Amino acid sequence: MIEVKGLTYTYNGQKAISFPDFIINQGEHCLLLGSSGSGKTTLLHLLGGLLRNYQGSVITAEQELSRLSESALDAFRGKQMGFIFQKNHLITALNVEDNLKLAPYLAGANIDEKRIEEVLTRLGIASKRTAKVTEISQGQAQRVAIARAVMHKPAIILADEPTSALDDTSCEQVIQLLMEVAKENKASLIVATHDQRIKNYISKQVILTPQY
Amino acid sequence: MSVIKLVWNYLLAKPLNTFLNIVLLALGIAVITLLLLFNNQLQENIARNGRGIDLVVGAKGSPLQLILCNIFHIDFPTGNIKLNEAERIAKNRLIKQAIPLALGDSYNGFRIIGTNQQYADLYEMQLQEGVWWKKNLEVTIGSNVATIGKLKIGDAFASAHGMTEGGHSHDAHQFKVVGIMKPSNTVIDNLIFTNVESVWIMHEEHAEGEEADHHHDDEEDHHHEVAADFKPSVLVPSVSANDSTHEITAMLLDYRSPMGAVQMPRMVNSQSSLQAASPAFETARLFSILGVGVDILMAFAYVLIFISALSIFIALYNSLKERRYDLAIMRSMGASRLKLVFTILLEGMVLTVLGSLLGLALGHCVLALMTNLVEETQKAGITALVFYTEEWILLAGSLLLGLLCAIIPALQAYRTDISKVLAGN
Repeated sequence: MIEVKGLTYTYNGQKAISFPDFIINQGEHCLLLGSSGSGKTTLLHLLGGLLRNYQGSVITAEQELSRLSESALDAFRGKQMGFIFQKNHLITALNVEDNLKLAPYLAGANIDEKRIEEVLTRLGIASKRTAKVTEISQGQAQRVAIARAVMHKPAIILADEPTSALDDTSCEQVIQLLMEVAKENKASLIVATHDQRIKNYISKQVILTPQY
Repeated sequence: MSVIKLVWNYLLAKPLNTFLNIVLLALGIAVITLLLLFNNQLQENIARNGRGIDLVVGAKGSPLQLILCNIFHIDFPTGNIKLNEAERIAKNRLIKQAIPLALGDSYNGFRIIGTNQQYADLYEMQLQEGVWWKKNLEVTIGSNVATIGKLKIGDAFASAHGMTEGGHSHDAHQFKVVGIMKPSNTVIDNLIFTNVESVWIMHEEHAEGEEADHHHDDEEDHHHEVAADFKPSVLVPSVSANDSTHEITAMLLDYRSPMGAVQMPRMVNSQSSLQAASPAFETARLFSILGVGVDILMAFAYVLIFISALSIFIALYNSLKERRYDLAIMRSMGASRLKLVFTILLEGMVLTVLGSLLGLALGHCVLALMTNLVEETQKAGITALVFYTEEWILLAGSLLLGLLCAIIPALQAYRTDISKVLAGN
């Protein structure tokens, strides 16, 4: 599913960072562990096609990402990837439902009302469907962000520090929810984190070390 | 979800900002629309009112006043001219047609014009009901006179001396309504037509009744003596040619050839008691005087539009800073750069199009209000219910303005480094 080989990324043509080789199979979950500055967000962005111009090879869903044009990469992301970011950033101008509809709209896919209902119900926030995103709780916002990431049944879910700001109970809930949702959608879950608490849930781990 | 919905939601998320931008632009557009409507209609009406009339001959005074009084029926007469002097000019070989006008009375503020059937033909006046005036003291009235003055066919009324309401009433003779004209949206709607003789009859009585008094209005001073000789005057066939006692207010002339324009004004003006004024020239002069005010208002409108453009640009630019993360998220969800650029351009265009639509509506509404409140605008034949192609140009222009305001923010969005934004730097 994902194959990384001899990957090096250069920041602004100066600082170079190299990553270990690894392979993640379909449906397999993986942790990208490392302290801050170890390049785990960079690696996550490379895997998700948010960063290009790398040396080496990143093959995701049988596709060498550097070979895709900018717009092909956009389309590829829209179809294959689901992102969950640390801040659960939702579009505040839109309500919950429209935030979910935005994903297929932007990816150029059809909007499936049933799928929205299904995902919202699965995550226990069906009652918030028409609520403004500014009026829901932090936990609910995180669930909306997860819902948005899995709306289009991506092959890979990429999460950047999804639990670092949460207490132990919430952390456990979120990581379990993510794993369940990933499993239900037959997606690989890849989490970039420095949160040691998650180690117990996902056995496959890529350890990154600061290189400067 | 559609791009319009997305844009609309972004605009609604900042209602006050959006409102301010739309209103600013709307004000500028409204002023331009108002001027456009007013100016265009005024010019059209002037062209319509002045059509077929090459020269107006009347008593000495302000040439502009002569035109305003005898063509647009808004100013007061400059005085009277002797019928025989007018006749001499009317008989000139350069003149195709000469129409006499005798003014002096009004009813409820509506002017009574003593003239002949040629006048009706010249302006292509059309009857709604009844017939044209023929005999003495018969009148055919404009549509506004009928509705506002509450007159119908068969009604009789006494005219008042002068051009405004509340003048001395000529009770001895009564006019009789024989016809009502179709609305024409010109000054005709506010006029009462009769023959020249009727105006003389009114003032004959007036002159006799107030002989001892001093006549303050010289132009109203008509004397009438029955002419026995019957070589009919070219202007008023009921009186003999070369009549030296009767007077008219003015005469509308139509040249036979362009030579008339060269020779006639000079010829008329060289006669001591007469004055010739060209409607085309005088209205052009009037517009150049009004033009200064119009230009200032226009400049003001453009300043408003410039400020609103600046405001829209700043709003888009600032909101884009706040939305950097939004845009990056959208990119991560598969949106292409062009899609986001298009969204931002559309946001600018939606703002300006809404602003200009509101402005156009506002311009028409203000004019509608004006025509309702100020009677004079109605009398000048100005209405809010006309639309000009220039309004489409305004709309297209504002679309372009929106595009222009949004281009820099859109470029900024195009260049956004999504990875950097999402990494939280």
